[in-house]
Amino acid sequence: MNAPLHLWLIPLLPFAGFLLNGILGRRLPKVLTTAIGLLLPLASFGLVLNAARSITGFGSSVPLPAAESFPFSWISVGTLHIDFNLVLDQLSLVMLLIITGVGFLIHVYSVGYMHDDAGYARYFSYLNLFLFFMTTLVLAGNVLLMFVGWEGVGLASYLLIGFWFEKTSAADAGKKAFIANRIGDFGFLIGIFLLLGNFGTLTFSDIAAKLAAMPGWTGGILTAICLCLLVGATGKSAQLPLYVWLPDAMEGPTPVSALIHAATMVTAGVYMISRTHFLFDRSPYALGAVAIVGAATAFFAATMGLMQNDIKRVLAYSTMSQLGYMFLACGVAAYSAAIFHLMTHAFFKALLFLAAGSVIHAMGGEQDMRKMGGLRKKLPVTFWTMTAAVFAISGFFPFAGFFSKDAILYAAFLQGTGGKILWFVGLVTALLTAIYMFRLWYMTFFGETRSHDVHPHEAPLSMLIPLVILGALAVCGGWIGIERISDYLAPVTGPRNAPPVTGHLELWLSILAVAVAAEGWLIADKYYRRKPERPAQLAAALPGTYDLIANKYYVDELYGAIFVKPLLAFSRYILGWVVDTGILGGAAWLLGGTATLGGAVLQRWQSGNLRSYAAWLALGAAALLIAAVAVHSGWALSFQSVSSHFTLKAAGH
Amino acid sequence: MDVPLSWYLLLSAALFSLGVIGFLIKRNLITVFMSIELMLNAVNLSFVTFAHQWHAVRGQIFVFFVMTVAAAEAAVGLAIIIAIFRARNTLAVDRIDLMKL
Repeated sequence: MNAPLHLWLIPLLPFAGFLLNGILGRRLPKVLTTAIGLLLPLASFGLVLNAARSITGFGSSVPLPAAESFPFSWISVGTLHIDFNLVLDQLSLVMLLIITGVGFLIHVYSVGYMHDDAGYARYFSYLNLFLFFMTTLVLAGNVLLMFVGWEGVGLASYLLIGFWFEKTSAADAGKKAFIANRIGDFGFLIGIFLLLGNFGTLTFSDIAAKLAAMPGWTGGILTAICLCLLVGATGKSAQLPLYVWLPDAMEGPTPVSALIHAATMVTAGVYMISRTHFLFDRSPYALGAVAIVGAATAFFAATMGLMQNDIKRVLAYSTMSQLGYMFLACGVAAYSAAIFHLMTHAFFKALLFLAAGSVIHAMGGEQDMRKMGGLRKKLPVTFWTMTAAVFAISGFFPFAGFFSKDAILYAAFLQGTGGKILWFVGLVTALLTAIYMFRLWYMTFFGETRSHDVHPHEAPLSMLIPLVILGALAVCGGWIGIERISDYLAPVTGPRNAPPVTGHLELWLSILAVAVAAEGWLIADKYYRRKPERPAQLAAALPGTYDLIANKYYVDELYGAIFVKPLLAFSRYILGWVVDTGILGGAAWLLGGTATLGGAVLQRWQSGNLRSYAAWLALGAAALLIAAVAVHSGWALSFQSVSSHFTLKAAGH
Repeated sequence: MDVPLSWYLLLSAALFSLGVIGFLIKRNLITVFMSIELMLNAVNLSFVTFAHQWHAVRGQIFVFFVMTVAAAEAAVGLAIIIAIFRARNTLAVDRIDLMKL
């Protein structure tokens, strides 16, 4: 009954799609490109579903974690052996369901969205490549294979952000994302080296076993490892201080933003922390750092989201903010709550992006919300699904976001005094979230049409179906409940560390959270529907604060002044002028100059006059002759006399 | 009547020097070519002398080699000279300097 799960096929099927569309894409008819691009991820999703079925249901239960490894070793140095081992456990199964499921829906959506794009096949090959790396990342049984997937999704993200590379801003955004991620990946890499140095293995289960064998080992080097891993996670998951790439990443096509920069890739940091939670559990400082990074990002991103006018940038900041919640959950060791929020967030944020994409599609590429408005009647399906997502992200009962956000806030509230502060920050962030999401809702769908030269039309069916499915998930996705999720994930992430409910604390906290969200809605309603002139008045009343937030706290400028400018100056003056022009160029010039000069001198010798050559030849022969005579008569004689002298002396003694 | 070895060698050296001088000072390509032949044969003379002196056959074998090569060289050289004359209408060595940069 133990049917093989064929885990290795889950990443490799999209990879085949990448190769087929990447190599042959241009020559294939569009139908075939679409078929390859959709069916292989679908097959992958099918395999994941099959795995889920054979694990959970119908009598035939495969014990978890189910491991598969390739029959050959990857790296084998001394005592270190690293294999291509894939491990499926409860955590990776949940992630795989999200990645391949939501990923497939976004593929379907892309068929409609990218239909007229010249790079249609290239787009699908990159998208499949992303799925390959993301599933590798999630299935990896050791840190190094995870790192391969980690780097790979970074590559796919770079390629897709810069998909319209003719636009300078898109190409720059791709580079920015890649470089910001490099910094994080450097931290991750140091963490891997530290793990290798201290544990001698990179396999997750071995590390966990070694830690379990030493229950007294806390802090110290483990804190260092965790902080390095956290640096990696902040890069990939766009947390403070490496978040700067995510808003710019919105230059990519909107389905890409939905898949990579909302639902899956940016959650890799959360996944990584949950996967290595046995390390973080041993280091209170690292956990505290995770929680503070998460809470700070959640709050700051939410404030920045308040002032954006580009519909996708609002969503980008809200993604950062929601990822901050997940980090906050990880930081209070509520990993299952983090994964729960990751899941519901994947549903409603993918939906938000896809609905925004539908709006942008309808507006003919316009992303500025100030030019939208009154789209409610023209885009009914988009409006209703977007509404579900807005209510979900704001945390209204019974939408998906309510349950997961509530679980996080409750877990934070239980963590002593520090936890109360985190809870409060989370609550304020929830208020801000509701404000900026309803602001987006009002500016886009309500009021008067502010742009009259476009005629919005509802998107094609291939775009609407994913919207409706995700809409249903955004409404119902949270009904699983945190108890069931944490019970399910308990073998991986440990039991939920919530004490038995005393009184009605959780209920009151939930009611408070919903009240805060409702307050946010009311504020947005007042400012953006009933009194649209109020935001401008408020901005005029608080010019300093307004400028600070509207310019995103000048962080880009600050990084530019602290890091980019000095690096550029160093590159230009020290590396460019001194090293390149001076040393390397000088050396090359010296070599070339010597050769040229030597050539110019020796060239005179080659007169072309036959008799001069003959004369040189004769002179040379004469010189050799004289030398031979000299050696034969003079030097040979002297040598002989010396040697005979020695012989005589030897004989004399 | 036994001619001493040095006489042969002196004759050989004189012929070789004549060849070198002719090679260096003559302008006509054919004369230059003949000077080369003169040098080759001067060397042949020394080979034969030493072969006779040391009763070694190797020197004489060398002479045959040199004569064979000289014959081949004469054939190729004359052909080149004719080609040069046809192309440039002159055999003055100083004016055949196309290889100069």
